Amino acid sequence: MPGFSHVINKFIQYFDVFIEAMFLTLKLTAASLLIAIVIGLFFALLKISRSKPLSLIADAYIGIVRGTPLIVQIFIFYFGLTEIVNISGFWAATWGLAFHNGAYIAEIFRGSIQSVDKGQSEAGRSLGMTRTLTMRRIILPQAFRRALPPLGNQFIIGLKDSSLAAFIGMPELFNIATTLGSANFDIMTYLLIVGVYYLVLVLLLTVLVNMIEKRMSVSD
Amino acid sequence: MSEKREMIKTEMLNKSFGDLHVLKDIDMKVLENDVVVLIGASGSGKSTLLRCLNFLEIKSSGKVILEDEEIDPKKEDLNKVRQRVGMVFQHFNLFPHKTVLGNVVEAPMMVKGVKKAQAIKEGKELLAKVGLADKANVYPSKLSGGQKQRVAIARALAMKPDIMLFDEPTSALDPELVGEVLSTMKELAKEGMTMVVVTHEMGFAREVADWVVYMHDGRIVERGHPQDLFDNPQEKRTQDFLGSIL
Repeated sequence: MPGFSHVINKFIQYFDVFIEAMFLTLKLTAASLLIAIVIGLFFALLKISRSKPLSLIADAYIGIVRGTPLIVQIFIFYFGLTEIVNISGFWAATWGLAFHNGAYIAEIFRGSIQSVDKGQSEAGRSLGMTRTLTMRRIILPQAFRRALPPLGNQFIIGLKDSSLAAFIGMPELFNIATTLGSANFDIMTYLLIVGVYYLVLVLLLTVLVNMIEKRMSVSD
Repeated sequence: MSEKREMIKTEMLNKSFGDLHVLKDIDMKVLENDVVVLIGASGSGKSTLLRCLNFLEIKSSGKVILEDEEIDPKKEDLNKVRQRVGMVFQHFNLFPHKTVLGNVVEAPMMVKGVKKAQAIKEGKELLAKVGLADKANVYPSKLSGGQKQRVAIARALAMKPDIMLFDEPTSALDPELVGEVLSTMKELAKEGMTMVVVTHEMGFAREVADWVVYMHDGRIVERGHPQDLFDNPQEKRTQDFLGSIL
């Protein structure tokens, strides 16, 4: 094991490098999760739609994502997409992560939408609101609130899973740590350092989600 | 005096859920300004009948005629129809993420396109009418059951319906809160609102109803003016029911 002062020294020495890598990690995470929320909502609505084929499409998507490893998905996006369109490694990784997280988020949204009392949509409909308007104005705002805790959990997973983008050459946190570690024959030091970065990011994300949860609970 | 308009009419209305035949050949008529109270044991089909009248349940066969127009759920825009028929639920079903005033102005603004200032003005008037003017900016979770139900009434009235349906509006309330909701409903009846009320409050039925309809096992067994039906029921089953609850 490397000594404590050695790790601190390296932490300080490579601070700029890690901070730059951290911003890439954050960009990957933010972009992929934003897209994943849209994908997730879309497939959640497909899944609960009254059309059998549409809900089967959602089932297929979720089944494929859950049934295959994330690294395989990222590689398919990277090697597959770069073959047909001119797409950067960043966007291949982002879409791969979004495709993956979208399935889990779809299940989170589906569950939270279905957990809203049936009386809510009946009340909306009885006032002459259309199905779509009732979903948008009455059901979804309540569902979002309930989705927030599991969503926060999925965001944390998404943040940590962005480390797999290292394997398609993205110079994000994990990639930088292993690169520096092998170059200096000192892998353990840099793994400890990068662990601290992830830990701090996850803590910050947790605080952020808790703040949003609190703000959204004014009506309780 | 001119003949009163028929606001609701059903002809041979039937409703089944799978094998369960819940409504059997219901013929009923509600005239303008009338208050009709549906009574009967639970499972007798009262609530289902009510829900068929605003198409939260779609009839299996027969006719539902609103204001002289037969409503065909396949052709008609039911959202338009429901705007004319307000509904108050047993469990209030207020929107918990919206303030009291937000609950009341939601449908007028989003469905009818009423301007915000106008919707708020009317909403506040309605809240004053149900005695909750001071609660406009409070969230439903802060209200008592009776207050919630009065907000729900105001919310339904905000769409300016021609008919109001009440589905056991006081059944989920603590006994001491029943009175405030019933008196709001009485006031509404006095103003001439056409109302169909499912309730177990026989005092309300006796005092406010123009007609009382007794249902049993999916059929209308007997109907009459409250004093006739309560004091001199003709059918054996009506007698048994009234005997068991009074």
